Amino acid sequence: MESPIIELAGVGKTFVTSDRSSTEALSGIDLGIARHEFVALIGPSGCGKSTLLRLMAGLLPASAGSIRIYRQPVSEPRDEIGIVFQRPTLLPWMSVLDNVAFPVKLKMGRVDPATLARARELVGMVGLADFIDKRPDELSGGMQQRVGIARSLLHDPDILLMDEPFSALDALTRDEMSLELLRILRDTPKTVVFVTHSIPEALLLSDRIVVMQARPGRVRDVIDVPFARPRSLDTLTDSRFNRMANDIREQVFTRRTEP
Amino acid sequence: MHPLLTYAHRHAPLLTAAGLLAAWELACRLFAIPAYVFPAPSEIVRAAGTFTAPQLFGHFRSTVEVVIAGFVAAIAVSFPVAVMITHSPLLSRTLVPILVVIHSTPIVAVAPIIVVALGAGVLPRVVITCLITFFPLVISLVTGLRATPAEILELSRSLRASRNRELWFIRMPFAVPYIFSALKVCITLAVIGAVVGEFVTAESGLGYLILFSTSMMKMPQSFVALAILVVLSLLLYQAIERIERRWFAWSLPRRDPA
Repeated sequence: MESPIIELAGVGKTFVTSDRSSTEALSGIDLGIARHEFVALIGPSGCGKSTLLRLMAGLLPASAGSIRIYRQPVSEPRDEIGIVFQRPTLLPWMSVLDNVAFPVKLKMGRVDPATLARARELVGMVGLADFIDKRPDELSGGMQQRVGIARSLLHDPDILLMDEPFSALDALTRDEMSLELLRILRDTPKTVVFVTHSIPEALLLSDRIVVMQARPGRVRDVIDVPFARPRSLDTLTDSRFNRMANDIREQVFTRRTEP
Repeated sequence: MHPLLTYAHRHAPLLTAAGLLAAWELACRLFAIPAYVFPAPSEIVRAAGTFTAPQLFGHFRSTVEVVIAGFVAAIAVSFPVAVMITHSPLLSRTLVPILVVIHSTPIVAVAPIIVVALGAGVLPRVVITCLITFFPLVISLVTGLRATPAEILELSRSLRASRNRELWFIRMPFAVPYIFSALKVCITLAVIGAVVGEFVTAESGLGYLILFSTSMMKMPQSFVALAILVVLSLLLYQAIERIERRWFAWSLPRRDPA
């Protein structure tokens, strides 16, 4: 394997709550993620997978260990990273186009024509060309999340951090969005870290699945996903799919017996 | 439905108001309540005729001036204060208790003190109006500025956007519904503030007119001033609602979601 572009070594995170007690959210995380690899983080609620994503994004400082991206320690948010959140979190007063272009407005104070052209292109890429002038509240949940994805791609980041991006959507829309994401990544390959609760989603999308356990959040297992690319819904019918899904489900739901 | 009934249904608010006025008039006549105790609507209309238009307009104008000046001052003070409180936990801990103390002090009790301190004239009245108005404004603004979805703020941080841009492009727009509901409450408070100020010191104004008329047992005249005050409050409230609808329609909940 070529050397990883995201390297986590002994990463831990402890939150101090208002009553001065502390909670260990993450402990001893070692993980390397290669260029253009798709890694899913999966685990029960409270296993710190979203926290881990925020540490990589530079939104939270790690309490222990080191996080390096392109061999540089992460101390603040970086330009190479795009983030997609669980909720689309669009600005309700802006059109789809302006929402996609918003990061540049926020950073530069105004949107230049080149950015607007790029935003227009991205809106087309996520299949919303007919809705470009609509407001978010005129769109369905799936369409809103497409806008969120388009927004995260505006500055063409190498790394995409996605925090349960499809979890608020209904099952059918989820599958549709997963395929959409696969298509986008085939056209513009990126390194993706994808937090999810859904085992089928993780199997369908990722190259490796990091199974985490809670209290404190730790890596329990890292599973290679063998299915060939390009993937489609046919991947779901692969004979290995159900067996792997069951294996992972067992790992997530049974607590490891401590030595 | 009978056409008459349909008509009544459509104009129910107006008919209710007319009915109440008629009942008021009737009660005053039936029980022969003297006008200096409680005037009938007809007495009030007659009393309005005893003023000249410029007289009434003069009182109206001096009250409006204080209301607007105090209201604008309150906005000018409360926005920076709210932004400071939102940005700094330290300022939040130190300023908010002071604001609560100021707000807990009965404004009617402080009004004479303010007049002595600042002298007669418009200034103390504007200060009183501002004092009564700005606390609810600050609290609503802080609530609004803090109501921004956490993920949008994370987006802003992930872009390393400046605090200024975050304030103007994200927090302020998200706070707009809070700002307008506060402005609507506060404009009526501002009218109260102006009247309190006029009760303490004034040579003109609708509050002054009420005080002057009642001291002369001219009850119908004081009711004229009262009616104008009510109309003034309603107009100002309407004005704010119109501004909201005209320029901030995007912040209003959509009536028919697609």
